[in-house]
Amino acid sequence: MKDDRILLAHGSGGAVSHSLISDFFLKIFTDPTLKRLDDSAVLELGSDRVAFTTDSYVVKPLFFPGGDIGRLAVCGTVNDLAMSGAEPRFISVGFVIEEGLEVSELEKILKSMAGACEEAGVPVVTGDTKVVDRGSADQIFINTAGVGYIKDGVDISGSNVKDGDAILLSGSIGDHGVAVMSKREGLAFGTPVISDCAPLNGMVKAVLDSGADVHAFRDPTRGGLASTLNEFAEQSGVAITIDESKVPISEGVLGACEMLGLDPYQVANEGKLVAAVAGKDADRALEAIRANKYGKDARIIGTAKQTDRPKVFVSTAIGTTRILDMLSGEQLPRIC
Amino acid sequence: MVRFLSEYRDKDLAQGILKRIEKISKKPANFMEVCGTHTVAISKNGIRHALPENVQLISGPGCPVCVTANVDIDKMLAVLSLPDVIVTTFGDMMKVPGSYSSLSKERAKGADVRVVYSTLDAIEIAKNNPEKKVVFFGVGFETTTPTIAESIIEAKEQNVKNYSILGAHKVVPPAMKALLDLGEVDLHGFLCPGHVSMVIGSKPYEFIARDYHIPCVIAGFEPLDILESIYMLIKQIEDGRSEVEVQYKRAVKPDGNPVAVGVMNQVFEPADADWRGIGVIPGSGLKIRDEYADFDAARLFPDIEVPPTREHKGCRCGDVLRGLIFPYECALFGKVCTPTEPVGPCMVSSEGSCAAYYRYDDRVKA
Amino acid sequence: MCLSVPGKVVEKKGLAADVDVGGTIRKISLKFVPEAKVGEYVLVHTGFAMQIVDEEEANEMMKLLKELTDGPVS
Repeated sequence: MKDDRILLAHGSGGAVSHSLISDFFLKIFTDPTLKRLDDSAVLELGSDRVAFTTDSYVVKPLFFPGGDIGRLAVCGTVNDLAMSGAEPRFISVGFVIEEGLEVSELEKILKSMAGACEEAGVPVVTGDTKVVDRGSADQIFINTAGVGYIKDGVDISGSNVKDGDAILLSGSIGDHGVAVMSKREGLAFGTPVISDCAPLNGMVKAVLDSGADVHAFRDPTRGGLASTLNEFAEQSGVAITIDESKVPISEGVLGACEMLGLDPYQVANEGKLVAAVAGKDADRALEAIRANKYGKDARIIGTAKQTDRPKVFVSTAIGTTRILDMLSGEQLPRIC
Repeated sequence: MVRFLSEYRDKDLAQGILKRIEKISKKPANFMEVCGTHTVAISKNGIRHALPENVQLISGPGCPVCVTANVDIDKMLAVLSLPDVIVTTFGDMMKVPGSYSSLSKERAKGADVRVVYSTLDAIEIAKNNPEKKVVFFGVGFETTTPTIAESIIEAKEQNVKNYSILGAHKVVPPAMKALLDLGEVDLHGFLCPGHVSMVIGSKPYEFIARDYHIPCVIAGFEPLDILESIYMLIKQIEDGRSEVEVQYKRAVKPDGNPVAVGVMNQVFEPADADWRGIGVIPGSGLKIRDEYADFDAARLFPDIEVPPTREHKGCRCGDVLRGLIFPYECALFGKVCTPTEPVGPCMVSSEGSCAAYYRYDDRVKA
Repeated sequence: MCLSVPGKVVEKKGLAADVDVGGTIRKISLKFVPEAKVGEYVLVHTGFAMQIVDEEEANEMMKLLKELTDGPVS
């Protein structure tokens, strides 16, 4: 990694973020569990297996159509636990609050967090609060960590995608990113698009209970669907081909991305999952996802193949083929 | 379904045109797509590999960010050394490296650099920060320059004193002529830029068909637009014709948009411009007229210290921009030079041809 | 070199207008196409309408393409 300073691109969830992780963090922290780079760490405690994860939330603005930083902080960690096949059980929360934040704003955020906890059935059991002087933080940052229980026989990981697996997507892409960007200074535009921020532990449980042979789950947050598919391809050594006409994109997201010159495949989601399922069980898993209220628009979007050259391909709407590459740096609107 | 967009992504029609191209195309057909947005659209829709072997699409100097010479980027970065300055720019300029740094790296060091979607947003920032000097980095071709000119007119009308432009504006036809005069590339046709032509019309390209006998088709940016344009170019070659044809008729009139051209010429006048990879091309740039000198950052801040220009070793973006080599023929491509750690602007800019080839076309020549 | 998207003019006040691109509404300037009317489509670039979409030509193109691809290979 050539940069001598941390850039916004290092936080984009794309390739530059991955180089920060591989060139620094994985060289300094060498634990094999960390190296798996899954959504959660899967740990053995006695005869039980536990999923453990942490995530920080710095979204700006704090409130956006369809959600807020509080709901995001709970759903994000609940989903990371669920994506490891775990049943989320407890979460912790750490606040870093800037001097001067209005208490009424804080209260709104806390109530929203409590609502998300109740919906997901996962209580906040421990926490911490720090206040920093004005200018040292941007209103409020929230970190949440979570613990989940993994039943016997469940083996979910980004490196388990197998030859012949079907790739499932639980709904439309780009909704969260567009909803947040629409409020950002310099870009302000009206849009019917709202964030899809939602807890998905119920959906994951339904898929596991359906008996379908599932190999991997992941929620495509920062870096979007493109990052998640490339991570699966890299971790599992497979080539993934998706059919562009099967990937649901709402007209609002398409319109906003066309206007700003963005690729919907790289725009963030906060209430969607990608699943890699054995081909024979694809329909069963799809049915289980569609039964969940956040999975009505789920589709089978592609397949995985064994390869020595892991890559993601798109068969385009006009019948040709192209590469789907990971977002490299920070996502910026283009004019040209 | 976004009207006037989604209907041009129809699979049957696209495959139909491809079969028709396959059927009639006999002679070698090297076409240059002059516009970076075409380069991205072609790669993103997998068109490059769907064409018969004898039809080659070569990227030209079409991304205004990539053709910006290092010296101009270094000047822009030097503006950041001014006290109380806010730099506003389009997203495309953020990552492009000058000789020593880039806007995103300077922002990380604390510079106030803001991305805007429109120059009108930049004027709002100037109004909201009267104590600051707001400088807009203006790059772009004839599609963008009228909007930058209009921002200067509005700033003058509204007496916004702390807004100025540091520009590296360029115009397309003189660059196409320069490429032809270099004579380095065996070209059989030009895919002409649809949205530049929306402003300047089709007439400015007529000298190419008349004097150089090279077919020109002004193309839209959706898959069907591009495929139909390639078909029209091939038809001209097979019929032995060379004309300027408009495929993108829903947007391009022969005279373009005279109002937009009028605003551009009200604020800007022709000047020489330094194109990365090609060098100085007479009359291929635009500079702010004396009447608007108060909004010309180059004149407002003449004594900014600009470091000596330094080119990146081994980077062949210049050759790529002239269509001399394909991106994957550069030794750095995909190895030392990737979107994560780019060396030259053609890989940095989201519309550079190297970035388009790396991101969408299979990295090894199929 | 210049991304430009078709948007429907949904509101117009002098040279200022709101355009709708697939549900996304944005304020733009009609400085370069003052004659644009509500209901018409314009091509929007960096906050300005640069041209009015010629709907007749658009329909003509689709007709031509259907003939080109259905008819015998000329």
